[in-house]
Amino acid sequence: MTSDRARALLSQITGLTVADGGPAVTVHVPTEQLASVAAFVKETIGCAFFAFSTAIDHKADGLETVAYVENLDDNITVVLRAKLGAGNICCPSLVPVYRGANWMERETYDMFGVQFEGHPDLRRILLSDDWDGHPLLKSYAVDTPYPPYR
Amino acid sequence: MEIKPPVPVIPAPVWKDIKDLQEWQALHKQRPATGDKHSALFEQMTEGIHSFPGGFVVTTLADNFFNWARKSSVWPVSFGLACCAIEMMATFASRFDVERLGMVPWASPRHADLMIVSGTVTIKMAPMLQRIYDQMPDPKWALSMGSCANSGGPFRHGYHVVKGVDRVIPVDVYVPGCPPPPESLLNGLLLLQEQISTFRRTGRRPAPNEKVD
Amino acid sequence: MSEVREIDYTGSERLTMNMGPQHPSAHGVFRAILTLEGEKIVAVDAVIGYLHRCHEKLAETLAYVQYPSIASKTDYVAAMASELAYVMAAEKIGQFEVPKRAQYLRVAVNELQRVASHLLWLGTWCLDMGGALGGGTSVFLYCIREREQILDLFESLVGARLLYGFHQVGGVRYDIPTGWVEQCRTTMDLIEQRLGEYESMLHDNAFFEMRTRGIGVISSQLAQDVGVCGPLLRASGVKYDLRRNAPYSSYEDFEFAVPVETEGDCHARYRVRMVEFRESIRIVRQVLDGLPEGPISSRPGVKSLAQVKVPKGEAYARVEGPRGEVGCYLVADGTNKPYRMKWRGASFSNLAVLPHIIPGVTVADVVAIMGSVDPVFGEVDR
Repeated sequence: MTSDRARALLSQITGLTVADGGPAVTVHVPTEQLASVAAFVKETIGCAFFAFSTAIDHKADGLETVAYVENLDDNITVVLRAKLGAGNICCPSLVPVYRGANWMERETYDMFGVQFEGHPDLRRILLSDDWDGHPLLKSYAVDTPYPPYR
Repeated sequence: MEIKPPVPVIPAPVWKDIKDLQEWQALHKQRPATGDKHSALFEQMTEGIHSFPGGFVVTTLADNFFNWARKSSVWPVSFGLACCAIEMMATFASRFDVERLGMVPWASPRHADLMIVSGTVTIKMAPMLQRIYDQMPDPKWALSMGSCANSGGPFRHGYHVVKGVDRVIPVDVYVPGCPPPPESLLNGLLLLQEQISTFRRTGRRPAPNEKVD
Repeated sequence: MSEVREIDYTGSERLTMNMGPQHPSAHGVFRAILTLEGEKIVAVDAVIGYLHRCHEKLAETLAYVQYPSIASKTDYVAAMASELAYVMAAEKIGQFEVPKRAQYLRVAVNELQRVASHLLWLGTWCLDMGGALGGGTSVFLYCIREREQILDLFESLVGARLLYGFHQVGGVRYDIPTGWVEQCRTTMDLIEQRLGEYESMLHDNAFFEMRTRGIGVISSQLAQDVGVCGPLLRASGVKYDLRRNAPYSSYEDFEFAVPVETEGDCHARYRVRMVEFRESIRIVRQVLDGLPEGPISSRPGVKSLAQVKVPKGEAYARVEGPRGEVGCYLVADGTNKPYRMKWRGASFSNLAVLPHIIPGVTVADVVAIMGSVDPVFGEVDR
């Protein structure tokens, strides 16, 4: 398996857009296909290593989730990107495919408020449970005060 | 029981007029001549200790004695928060060795006198920090180590950072630096010992230290 | 009204025990809520976030010339690795040149940092397992003694002992002072000799073997699935080292071995790290032998915050830190500040494996497992 072969395999799936160039294989996935594409990437391309997943806040264009998975034997990196669209905060969870997504998605939920459907234990991980807001959203000021200690 | 005359006359205690220790010692020097057995015993003991090689006698106030004991065995609770904890560990370990100052890092707050707040205090950690401080028995001291604990430091503007540990617990000594090197922390600990040596149970803070304030 | 319960004499009654956040062997502010059945753990809920210092949000407000010195505060035991990850991400987007001498210096400080970090790991781990080693404090005190020698090297190079700000976008900030190379060689010789002493203390120690062999086994499948990296991944039988598989900063110029063990238990992790010590020392010697002359930065001196501007784009740069893959995912929007920055902390992923391996072990083994995972909470909580 090589990066070029992975690109060819992924571009055969309908709905996906595979970006050209770069050492990593970047795939833009529609939200509803995310879990199935992740399973395909793990089974067929052999990307068993889950590097990380996160989200980006594009202000008016809404959120976008990013997941890096790797095939350690053949040095292939696949980037799964899914635009959630403006106003949408729901996204399928990758936990059934990669167990490492558990804490990463909890962190993304904590920081961006993305609701991962199918996540077994979706609660805040870094901040305490009674926290208001999701800090890494662009609408959240960095020095927002918190009542008891400021 | 009825007391018949002559009623024994109890002399007014002489120590009431005594101003300092020299007078006290001088008084004891005279009193054996008047047949005071206690003074004679005191004289003998003092003589004995003085004639012992390297022996000496110090008379002091009880408060000073307790403070001397307190400052010579300050046990910090081994409570690391962030980057400064690594420097704190280095201070406790081989090269800097605070054990020669009588400090033993102790894992339980119930046996500790000093809390070294080494690192950033976050809003999630602050209640825990306060609880650990409350668990320490009085008298207790707190040392704020590093910029983060002093004021929030480089993370002051963060949403999850308490802007100085003195908003949570009272602090006795602040050590600046990011992180303070062990020499700096040692200086802070020595200043704290100095402060403990003037500790009073009145609840008042001691006078400002001219060296630092 | 509380419910009156009968005492369960069969011993299957469950007890919830709280460990942390102030726990001497938690290596920081980590809280584990353990559910016990006798001495055996049946479930664990790991609570992190006690050191969440808003790194990712603050990075959006700090310029590229400011943040590297803050980046060192993520993984504070190995500050050089996280600094390098950040500047490499910015260099990747901006396609800035890094002079050869700067690349070699980066390799040197990163390998020195790995030795220092592993020394701290070995010391604190043995301290945690304490009494079982017949005075575990001695290993700690010896390790710190050697670590101070490396910190002296850093102090004469940068001026700081723990958090450096040594890297900058386009190169490094300081050149080595006179006499540093000789001092470094002496230190490396000393440490290599002392490593043998530690091994002779631990190698055939029956208690050490009992506490580490077969404890906390991570299978290679679980390790990859969770994203465990670094020495833990290599101890689980996956031969993967970023310095070898995706070389950066001229690592391809140096010869070194990548240790692999297949057991996946605490002892395997110990063996992997002990080999890494020696390989790092070997790399440092090669760097000192082949250090090229030339400038140390393509953009020397910091004159203003707007000095480094990075074009629009994004990059994921990763380096092999002492704890594994330290990654920095950077989205730039063409100004002097990043639009979004994400740390992929090695310890975060390593710690995420705990809920999978802790159920089934005894309470005392949790300490051994935590120590062998070697988390740094600045990097977990960021």
